[in-house]
Amino acid sequence: MVEPGILIERLVKKYEDVTAVDGLSLRVARGELFGLLGPNGAGKTTTINILCGLVKPTSGIVSVYGFDVQAELCKVKQFIGVCTQETAVYDYLTGLENVELFGSLYAMRGDVLKARRKALLEKMGLTKDAERRVGKYSGGMKRRLSLILALVHDPQVVFLDEPTVGMDPQSRRAVWDFIRGLKAEGKTVILTTHYMEEAEELCDRVGIIDHGKLITLGAPGELISDSGVGSLEELFIKLTGRRIREEA
Amino acid sequence: MRIQRILAIVKKEAKKTVRDPAVLFMVFLFPVAFMLAFGAFFGGGGGEQPVYEVGVVNMDKGDAAQTLLTMLSKTGLLSPRVYDDNNTAQADLSQGKVKAVIIIPSDFSLSLASYRAAPGEPGRWSNTTIALYLDKGSLIAIQAVPPMLQQALAAVAGLESQAPLSPLRVEVASLVEVKTLSVFEFMAPGMFTFASIYILMMVAQAFIQDRENGMMKRIRTTSITSFEFMMGQVFSYMLIALVQAALVFATVYLLGFRPNVDLGTHLFAFTILLVFSLSNVGFGLIAATLAKSPGAATGFSFLFLLPQLFLGTFVGMSLSQTAQIACRFVPSYYVTDSLVSLFLRGASILSPAILLDLAVASMFSVAVLIAGIFLYAKYFRI
Repeated sequence: MVEPGILIERLVKKYEDVTAVDGLSLRVARGELFGLLGPNGAGKTTTINILCGLVKPTSGIVSVYGFDVQAELCKVKQFIGVCTQETAVYDYLTGLENVELFGSLYAMRGDVLKARRKALLEKMGLTKDAERRVGKYSGGMKRRLSLILALVHDPQVVFLDEPTVGMDPQSRRAVWDFIRGLKAEGKTVILTTHYMEEAEELCDRVGIIDHGKLITLGAPGELISDSGVGSLEELFIKLTGRRIREEA
Repeated sequence: MRIQRILAIVKKEAKKTVRDPAVLFMVFLFPVAFMLAFGAFFGGGGGEQPVYEVGVVNMDKGDAAQTLLTMLSKTGLLSPRVYDDNNTAQADLSQGKVKAVIIIPSDFSLSLASYRAAPGEPGRWSNTTIALYLDKGSLIAIQAVPPMLQQALAAVAGLESQAPLSPLRVEVASLVEVKTLSVFEFMAPGMFTFASIYILMMVAQAFIQDRENGMMKRIRTTSITSFEFMMGQVFSYMLIALVQAALVFATVYLLGFRPNVDLGTHLFAFTILLVFSLSNVGFGLIAATLAKSPGAATGFSFLFLLPQLFLGTFVGMSLSQTAQIACRFVPSYYVTDSLVSLFLRGASILSPAILLDLAVASMFSVAVLIAGIFLYAKYFRI
């Protein structure tokens, strides 16, 4: 039997008296593009952080490609690429140097890294600006570079935590195409977002979580039709009685 | 362990140092500028009156030599320590244990007796020479010991003041060429330590910035291990300390500091500074653990920076003896002390005092580094 790409069983994470993740169980198939949806504070990022080994769970089991995240983190790290919610890139390095740095942190061979960085920079439209310091990049360019850093070592599982937040519509579309490309390459993608249209557009399945609990799970189209609503946003309102994003 | 990952971190930090104007200023420009200004304006002079130990090799068996020892004590500034042989005294002088060595010749009492027998007839005097070796690393030794010795000799001879004419002659016979050093030259060894201390502020800010902007978190998702990451960081800061020391050395050299020592001594001095950089990484990590923002990191850095600055660099050279007891509790003191011994006193790199300084500085530095890594990892994970 093929191990799932990601397995989460009865996951709990408590911060003192706050329960961020409350008994979450999920199974994501290899090659699946899965959307983890929910409002701010729902437990999406905590779940991703646990899957990446950044945060220790209070209880429960999480595994990536059959490797237990707690016990075999070194192996898990070889499989995963993480694009964190923060646009975490080094401003004082050029785009190229950022990519080279992360390639080196994954101990990539020089020729492989060179080919990979060229391809990724081209795909994300950053080739022309690769030699410029990142401090001079726009917000959208930094987000795209951040995506490249997550993918430079060609991981099998990609965690994208709010990858398009703060992007203009054009950049967002470009990133969507890129994410579709990842799926086409057979990668398992976990996408967290609170843009419902993004999830509808990209995901094979979505799981909506609120207060750390999974409140529904399924393919976006099926969830919408089964609930008799017009969109995932409406489904969320129906399930929780509030909007997924509080308007500013 | 993969060297490639460690080198990647070193390369990144090196680029940051060169490209980030704030870091460049803090680590290189500020210490040099401050050093220049301080070197120009800072003078010695502590609060209370200190007492300086001087070695005395008494080759005379007569009473006059004993009287001289008493007179030296009566100056209130000098405390004679009697040695049986010149070699031991010279070794202690080169290690900074005594400020000067006075050699009382075997014919000292005889010479004094000849003077007392015929004070007005120089032709009947039996002339003799008191050799004086001075600690070139001590301003007080060069400026104060010779006149105080003359004063004590005059008192022994029963003269009102330093005798313009007597059979007793003082000859300064220092270990190296006799030359009055400028205040700047006295301070130069401590300036190396002073410059190096600022690395701790850089470390604290770098860790907090990477923590705040999510870089630390991001790096933790990669294959690099905590050990490799810390090795990369430590090597980076050691490299920066090395470059900084070279820059400071070039500056003080241009300003006239030319220690008469060999290449090995220079290399040894740089090694001590490298060891010292470990403690700065450790203190920087402790400051980063305590602080919540880069601004707070600066404040917490000063908690560790100021004691080291005042107690362990050129600033501490003019502190009172009581204050100098506190100096023993900061690693920078041992670094500065060893540099003073090497560059100004002409001590050998294998002399016990230098090796002791290196040993204490190393233990201090490694302990602080381990404490820093442990604390930071406990609260923030690396």
